[in-house]
Amino acid sequence: MRRKVVTGNVAVAEAVKVSGVQVISAYPITPQTVIVERIAEMVERGEMKARYIRVESEHSALAAVYGASAGGARAFTATSSHGLLYMYEMLWWVAYSRLPIVMAVVTRAIGPPWNIHSDHHDALTARDSGWIIGFASSVQEAFDMTVQAFKIGEDPKVLLPVMVALEGFTLSHTAEPVDVPEEELVREWLPPREPLPFKIEPGKPFSVGNLGPDEVSMELRWLMWRAMERSRLVIRDVDIEYAKVFGLRSYGGLGEDFHAKNSDYVVVAMGAWSGDAKEAVERLRSEGYNVGLLRVRFFRPFPWEELREVSQNAKAVLAVDRAVSMGHRGVLGLEVSSALGGKVPVKNVIAGIGGVDVGPEDFYSIIKGFIEEYEYGSIEGWSRPEWYMPWMEVGGG
Amino acid sequence: MGFSYKPLNPEREGFEDLKAFAEKLLAKPSPGSAGKTGMWRLYRPVVSVGKCVKCGICWLYCPENTIIWPFRGIPSVDYDYCKGCGVCSEVCPAKAIDMILEGE
Amino acid sequence: MLREFLILSRGGQGGVTASRILASAAVLEGLWAQAIPEFGAERRGAIVKSYLRVSDGPIARHSNVRRPEGVAVFSSRILDLVDISKFAPEGSTVLVNAAEKPKIPGREVYYVNATSIAVGLGLVIAGWPLVNTAMSSAMARVFRIASLESVVSALSEYFKGELLKANIEAAKIAWDSVSG
Repeated sequence: MRRKVVTGNVAVAEAVKVSGVQVISAYPITPQTVIVERIAEMVERGEMKARYIRVESEHSALAAVYGASAGGARAFTATSSHGLLYMYEMLWWVAYSRLPIVMAVVTRAIGPPWNIHSDHHDALTARDSGWIIGFASSVQEAFDMTVQAFKIGEDPKVLLPVMVALEGFTLSHTAEPVDVPEEELVREWLPPREPLPFKIEPGKPFSVGNLGPDEVSMELRWLMWRAMERSRLVIRDVDIEYAKVFGLRSYGGLGEDFHAKNSDYVVVAMGAWSGDAKEAVERLRSEGYNVGLLRVRFFRPFPWEELREVSQNAKAVLAVDRAVSMGHRGVLGLEVSSALGGKVPVKNVIAGIGGVDVGPEDFYSIIKGFIEEYEYGSIEGWSRPEWYMPWMEVGGG
Repeated sequence: MGFSYKPLNPEREGFEDLKAFAEKLLAKPSPGSAGKTGMWRLYRPVVSVGKCVKCGICWLYCPENTIIWPFRGIPSVDYDYCKGCGVCSEVCPAKAIDMILEGE
Repeated sequence: MLREFLILSRGGQGGVTASRILASAAVLEGLWAQAIPEFGAERRGAIVKSYLRVSDGPIARHSNVRRPEGVAVFSSRILDLVDISKFAPEGSTVLVNAAEKPKIPGREVYYVNATSIAVGLGLVIAGWPLVNTAMSSAMARVFRIASLESVVSALSEYFKGELLKANIEAAKIAWDSVSG
């Protein structure tokens, strides 16, 4: 184990190296570029025995790793924002072909206006595609989640691609101490990939996804849905096993319970700002408020069981969103209210869009406002989301 | 902290699903997977040996791979699978392939 | 205890690297640290902000530093362009790269001539004196972030060969010459 002070991007590149990735293809885009630059350097210097395929677009990048993965290789790519949107078609091809590719998505707002800072809109466009989607909350977790992603995705019970989302700049360019396990130990725990669910190779021709009866499409989606359901167990087991094998921390599986169970008020958040939210929760608890936080680590599969468990005795739940579904609520807010099925009133706050800085003081006022609103009796079962924009005189829903 | 975990589906093995998935997603090429498509044919291509210049263009263009062409030789047609589309007759530079109504 | 610092530098001066060097130095002393650059449409010469957090335990927050206890200004001319009181709260400590001590009311002021240290050691690239090492070392001392030994060992993570030697020298001179 070595403790290094590295940025989120460098941590992901290190994770790709120790995971024994064989093929990388990517197209540069801020703030992801450093990941693939660092990998390219390691391949060039011979520190990584891998093929690096240069391409002319993100669509081609994911198409290239699709081919590599279909050929049995362990494959990785990374992108952000507009790059992810450009590869959107291939996202579905990869998932529907059940190829366990791992992709880092360094989250970045979508333009216009041009903006390189983070919100969650880009990664969440993959919501329904069949990718497992995780959100890291620290540089260490970005490293851990990337290594774990290969183990989870390649599990024969799962065989789904995994997206590791890490906040642009807030994690990608922020340097923090990271404990990096020895490469040999990781390789032992994560042996070379078994070429499943199929392997394309010369001399044994077959075609993937030939035109067939409509029922076949539906059956394939059903099988995929079952695999996604099974992945809940695999994600949890891998989290525990990883912590044991490498002497690192276990995060809690699909979600992290921070004083949430048996609290009167439960806050739900995901990504790097969850740490800021935790500090606010701690401060409120020290002031006598019975409040806790559920951090969503995996957005797909969604931790609805965990959420129901921690909010069993809750009076109200608050979902703080960094993405909004135009015409409805915040994206996380929608997930939280649907998972709770009307059992508990859910307030939804939208903040930090376009990378607007949200710190512990902001979370303090958002959470305290939510508790006061509930106590005054003004939180209904369903309400319009509230836009948190303290710099504007007029805000609200 | 931590969750009491109750999986939706207690089944831990996904291997049966995996087999079903691969069977449904992948198609292995084999002749006549849709039966003998020669039965679909209305017109039959017939090569006139005297006019043929042995260029192989019919073999190159046939969308169903049913022209049998010995290199620089005279082609013949696999009538079990030829659907009678007539592309070979259209592209033949020597007008050596006639389309004859089946049954004549 | 969580401690927060701000660096105001010009694009190209190495403010971002300085915060990373100090984060590494703090981690070498068994602390936890975080170095955050604030990126925008930066270009050479523009004012760049970088943040540094140091703590005796893991740092949960990832937002920008809003009330730093110490501010390092990498060029005294930045003081002519910005209202430093907006960045350095009342009672905070300000360290400036300057030839003589600047006057900033209500703040504890230190200065070090990092430019002349860099120029003296030939640490100049494309006309820009690389003041980051001297400034990190002075910051480590003034803000009591890490020892000179830790700064020097952290430097080897960022520089190699002759460049490392010159940077170690810069760190030592700055450590000794910073004054209040």
